[in-house]
Amino acid sequence: MNSAVKELGELVGREYKEGFVTDIEADTLPPGLDESVIRFLSGKKSEPDFVLQWRLDAFRRWQAMEPPDWAHVKHAPIDFQAISYYSAPKRDEDRPKSLDEVDPKLLETYNKLGIPLEEQKALAGVAVDAVFDSVSVATTFKDKLAEAGVIFCPLSEAMANHPELVREYLGSVVPQSDNFYAALNSAVFTEGSFVYVPKGVRCPMELSTYFRINALNTGQFERTLIIADEGSYVSYLEGCTAPMRDENQLHAAVVELVAFKDAKIKYSTVQNWYPGDEEGRGGIYNFVTKRGACRGDNAKISWTQVETGSAITWKYPSVLLEGNHSTGEFYSVALTNNCQQADTGTKMVHIGEHTSSTIISKGISAGRGQNAYRGLVKVLKGAKQARNYSQCDSLLMGDRCGAHTFPYVEVKNPTATIEHEATTSKIGEDQLFYCRQRGLSEEDAVSMIVNGFCKEVFRELPMEFAVEAQKLLGISLEGAVG
Amino acid sequence: MLKISDLKVTVDGKAILNGLDLDVGPGEVHAIMGPNGSGKSTLANVIAGRDGYEVTSGSVAFMGNDLLSMAPENRAREGVFLAFQYPVEIPGVANIALLKEGLNAARRHRGEPELDALDFLKLVREKLRLVEMKEEFLYRSVNEGFSGGEKKRNEIFQMAVLEPRLAVLDETDSGLDIDALKIVAGGVNALRSEERSVILVTHYQRLLDYIVPDRVHVLAGGRIVRSGDKQLARDLEERGYGWIDSSAGAATA
Ligand SMILES: Nc1ncnc2c1ncn2[C@@H]1O[C@H](COP(=O)(O)OP(=O)(O)O)[C@@H](O)[C@H]1O
Ligand SMILES: [Mg+2]
Repeated sequence: MNSAVKELGELVGREYKEGFVTDIEADTLPPGLDESVIRFLSGKKSEPDFVLQWRLDAFRRWQAMEPPDWAHVKHAPIDFQAISYYSAPKRDEDRPKSLDEVDPKLLETYNKLGIPLEEQKALAGVAVDAVFDSVSVATTFKDKLAEAGVIFCPLSEAMANHPELVREYLGSVVPQSDNFYAALNSAVFTEGSFVYVPKGVRCPMELSTYFRINALNTGQFERTLIIADEGSYVSYLEGCTAPMRDENQLHAAVVELVAFKDAKIKYSTVQNWYPGDEEGRGGIYNFVTKRGACRGDNAKISWTQVETGSAITWKYPSVLLEGNHSTGEFYSVALTNNCQQADTGTKMVHIGEHTSSTIISKGISAGRGQNAYRGLVKVLKGAKQARNYSQCDSLLMGDRCGAHTFPYVEVKNPTATIEHEATTSKIGEDQLFYCRQRGLSEEDAVSMIVNGFCKEVFRELPMEFAVEAQKLLGISLEGAVG
Repeated sequence: MLKISDLKVTVDGKAILNGLDLDVGPGEVHAIMGPNGSGKSTLANVIAGRDGYEVTSGSVAFMGNDLLSMAPENRAREGVFLAFQYPVEIPGVANIALLKEGLNAARRHRGEPELDALDFLKLVREKLRLVEMKEEFLYRSVNEGFSGGEKKRNEIFQMAVLEPRLAVLDETDSGLDIDALKIVAGGVNALRSEERSVILVTHYQRLLDYIVPDRVHVLAGGRIVRSGDKQLARDLEERGYGWIDSSAGAATA
């Protein structure tokens, strides 16, 4: 990912100089949410009226909804009126001039991850590149993509330039009132990406973007929409490294994927938001709705996620298998250390005939971390010869953490083949000792064993991402043993 | 090389070693024999630094240094190798990855440069031949799905790559058929040198036909009750441990 991001940084930097974002004033809305806030958000981007109406509709629905209480997570109620729903990037003079002005702890993490200096600057908000706050600056490699006919831009830009596509697909996979947080997002989303890959086009590069939360007390509500037309292919990477922070922050994103006949979408995430300190103070609440629809025959959607950050993760990337012979995949590593809580998994809904899905979930719990896998495999009546294979493995480190598995299966067609395997193991003293006897430090031994446990997921990640993910696991588990 | 004096060890409050003395010089091969449960693995594990064993008295000096105060990985990097009686499986971790980490950790410890991927591959290929293992074993997960014999061979292979100063082989012969035994013994013999000492833990004399020890010790009641040359192993084979037990406590030869 590094080289891609560097290129991104360069490109964004250039665009900035060209005045791409210079007209944005640094302003922040006071906390609170009502219709006027939504009108402000919409007006800020000069959105088409149908978007404003869509937002207002979502807001009205959201007001009638209750936050979900079924997840295996605990947190104090969130005061949605205490959150500010808009924060623009800081102006240059308010940003660090160099890495010397950046929190050394953050830099230490970057160094451990092996992030090059230039990229560190971008991540830490030095200079003028990279995504900042709610305003997305990132649209990359425009020329190459344009040549291929691929549209990759901020969602706001798509609303202005491709309103017909946005109107057709926005909310077509995750309806406004799908769930509490999706409804909130639909009302107040600010930025995110839009991708359209035309028929028969293989997107010439991995698309990547960084999302970061930066302004204090500002929730971040991205919305991403990816459409792969017939026979096309796209691989999208999403990764983040959040700065140290002391207040709980809400992050409620929505991602919608649409894959038509013979199209393939590969969506990879490395999530490393600030997890809170050892006592569980601070940290991001990551309540995300991700869903893809295989709308045509032979379509394929593959989710890969490595979730190491956030105080609370609530996330179920799902696939609606509508087309015959369509395929859904979910590969997940979720790690909870200290007081982190994760309730994550997937939903595979088999609608078409001969649809197949694969679920590989690896949960790692350390410290007092609580890790739940929650998955639904649903085979509808018409889904002849559907197949699912699920494997959920949990690894426990120490005896104060928890692993929980909630697999739900609903089969309405008797020709379905459903396989489910689950294991729970403790990281073995004998494995650790074996590695140390061969000369590895205890931390390296833990890192090696845990990475081995996650191998089936990591090999689904693009190469550079896999390297970063492995390092991230090691860092996230520091202090978990010994 | 290794000097153990009056070593007393308890496990869960139960005394297992009761004042064990052992002196292994450079280049020597010592066999330690004894019935099941006599404390052979306990001794091997204490040398390697495994948790769960409480040393209540005595000392273990390795190259003149206090071994017991060192972390297990530092003992390994200093050149202590344990071939496990029951090698563990580590799913998803390639054999070669573990070995490379281990070897380079030892090299860093000794102030030597790390081996790059190419030199490392050359080295491991050469060592594979020593124990007649196929290259595919390098890329398989550590011990996962290995047969009993393959696991034991893998231990000797790792020893060959890490080139320890002191190798403790805990029942490396058990579960091996005669062909595998010969291969393992051949590997160990090839690694014998002036600078390398070996402790062979076994309860069969059979292994000692192939790896001829300089000294043989009998462990019973938590102590070395008899020491001798390779003839002692033959006597044991003929007369059984009962012969020793009845004379336990007698002065060691
Ligand atoms: N981790 C342990 N926990 C409890 N008892 C143990 C443990 N390790 C060894 N022992 C006991 O110590 C004694 C010696 O065991 P061991 O050293 O494995 O003998 P050997 O290798 O000679 O067969 C046995 O009685 C065994 O049950
Ligand atoms: Mg034993």
